[in-house]
Amino acid sequence: MKKTLKKITGFQLFLPIVALILVLLFNMIKTPDFFKITVLNGTLYGFMIDIINRASELAILAIGMTLVVASSAGTDISVGAVSAVTAAIICYSLGPDQQNYQMPYLIGILLGLLGGVLCGMWNGLLVAKMRIQPMVATLILFTAGRGISQLICAGQIIHVEKESYRILGSFIPKVPLPTPVFVAAALALVTWLVLKKTALGMYIQAVGINRRAGRLIGINSQLIIFMTYAYCGLCSGIAGAIMSSRIAACDANNIGLNIELDAILAVALGGNSLGGGKFSLLGSIIGAITIQALTTSLYAMHVTADQLPIYKAIVVVIIVTLQSAEFRKWISSLQGKRPVKAKVAS
Amino acid sequence: MKKVISLLILVLLLSGVFAVAVSAADDLIVVGYSQVGAESDWRTANTESFKSTFTEENGYKLIFDDAMQKPENQIKAIRNFIQQEVDYIVLAPIVETGWETVLGEAKAAGIPVILSDRMIKVTDDSLYVAWVGGNFIKEGHNAIEWLDNYLKENGRDNEDINIVLLQGTIGSSAQIGRTQGVEELLADRPKYHLLAKQTGEFTQAKGQEVMESFLKSYPDIDVVIAENDDMGYGAMEAIRAAGKVPGKDIIMISYDAGRRAFEAILKGDLNATIECNPLHGPRVAEIIQKLEKGEPVEKIQYVDEGVFDIKNAAEVLPTRAY
Repeated sequence: MKKTLKKITGFQLFLPIVALILVLLFNMIKTPDFFKITVLNGTLYGFMIDIINRASELAILAIGMTLVVASSAGTDISVGAVSAVTAAIICYSLGPDQQNYQMPYLIGILLGLLGGVLCGMWNGLLVAKMRIQPMVATLILFTAGRGISQLICAGQIIHVEKESYRILGSFIPKVPLPTPVFVAAALALVTWLVLKKTALGMYIQAVGINRRAGRLIGINSQLIIFMTYAYCGLCSGIAGAIMSSRIAACDANNIGLNIELDAILAVALGGNSLGGGKFSLLGSIIGAITIQALTTSLYAMHVTADQLPIYKAIVVVIIVTLQSAEFRKWISSLQGKRPVKAKVAS
Repeated sequence: MKKVISLLILVLLLSGVFAVAVSAADDLIVVGYSQVGAESDWRTANTESFKSTFTEENGYKLIFDDAMQKPENQIKAIRNFIQQEVDYIVLAPIVETGWETVLGEAKAAGIPVILSDRMIKVTDDSLYVAWVGGNFIKEGHNAIEWLDNYLKENGRDNEDINIVLLQGTIGSSAQIGRTQGVEELLADRPKYHLLAKQTGEFTQAKGQEVMESFLKSYPDIDVVIAENDDMGYGAMEAIRAAGKVPGKDIIMISYDAGRRAFEAILKGDLNATIECNPLHGPRVAEIIQKLEKGEPVEKIQYVDEGVFDIKNAAEVLPTRAY
């Protein structure tokens, strides 16, 4: 029983991994230097490092988004704006002084994350308790979030000048990999452990597949959905802290702009159904890396700016088609096998 | 009691009439100003320039309308201005098209319209009396001309120079103009090689990401031109991460000339910044004064825009408001 389960999850991740490898393979032909990694000032340096570095925020957001999608069969489109709120709180708390923060670094970060969680709880309240459609409920913070962020910053870009603020978004001295990679990996690991070691993962799936049935067998559906949104808020907060640290400032207009769409795409590319229920965290993370690999590859291939979105769209269409049930059916019918019955996802 | 109240009301009414009469008696020039929004430091400085120019002490009454990035708000605002019978309308248009009807109404009401910042596309250019703004193509030329001088001074004018260009959001007038200006001058300078251009969407984060990629593709970059200051800061970070020194190993040029750019020049991180002057207010006031006297005004008026480097940054910095 366990073996077959493992096989199924292995199969679920098969296509996302193939997509990622395909994107990377293109580089093998076009830019041979792509996989070269050198050591520079004690840190690793190369396109591959760029990919995992830049994909970190997206992977973090994708983790939160996966849980929200799984539990409520809807998407949280406020993640980018919530990131901006967090960034604003952190930069406002720490202040622009070059020598000292206004308050201890950790407290500033925690305040920011608290803001993120509160935003997530607000979304959760609207979706779980008030039963508003997720996209409509999160639309509120999607529009208001940047306004709140602007208010906190008083309409200006707050720069945090102290050098150590940059560490979260760059490198810890003498550590060869960028910090965001560690943060993303740690968050993924903790999330995975919590979901596997407790029954939470199964509860989320059960609620996502059928909210009422979940309640009838004794799961507090409302609480589960509420929690996934709050957790997504936390993830947005962590991503916002990293994004703000990268530029050592809070740019309320631009932090996490349009990233919610990439986060949703990462979940979809990871082979997860946007209809809720079964989910794969690892799939979403691979999806996030694929998106960044695509962007970095296009830069490395010197695609001009005006053509960039077209190439991205083409690749995304190909990957999504590859993963569609219809396409798989068609392939297997070509091979002369009996069409695989589309698995009932929900 | 009733009498007292009615008397009070009468007094109030009379004082109201009186107040109106007084305000009409002042010879203030009423200017309705429809601004895009408050999306950037540049825009804030732009708005502030109008608010500080059109004050009552200077003989103006400014009716300010923030359109919050919505063209329909601007059309509404202009109709309001027409109803209020303002003397002049200043419009900083959000979009280029769709202005014929509402500006036609203003023209019919005999209210002159002055455009600020962005241009509009209308078939009948008598719909506005003048346009005040920056010359983005010239800003593009400025960067290359500054570079010519700089290289000559440092004895590098016979070297081959590799340039990368960080573009703004594709399609914005600043991006189109600056890119065009840079490329025009590069065309007749065979020693300069434009290795690559890519959009950094006017943000620091994207500028950094794109520059990281440039540095890996081209080990031998001599000059970075960033179409705004923010992308320039991002590029600096990427250059430092690659073990080079911005401003020294790689010549840095950016646009906008905000306060932080001056600080970067003084620190040596940035070599030059080309101004995109947001202070349109005084120029618009000049036009209005001319119109009041019945003098002709030029249709297209570029604001003065400077180029700043280490030679003049220190003296300008204290006067920078934005």
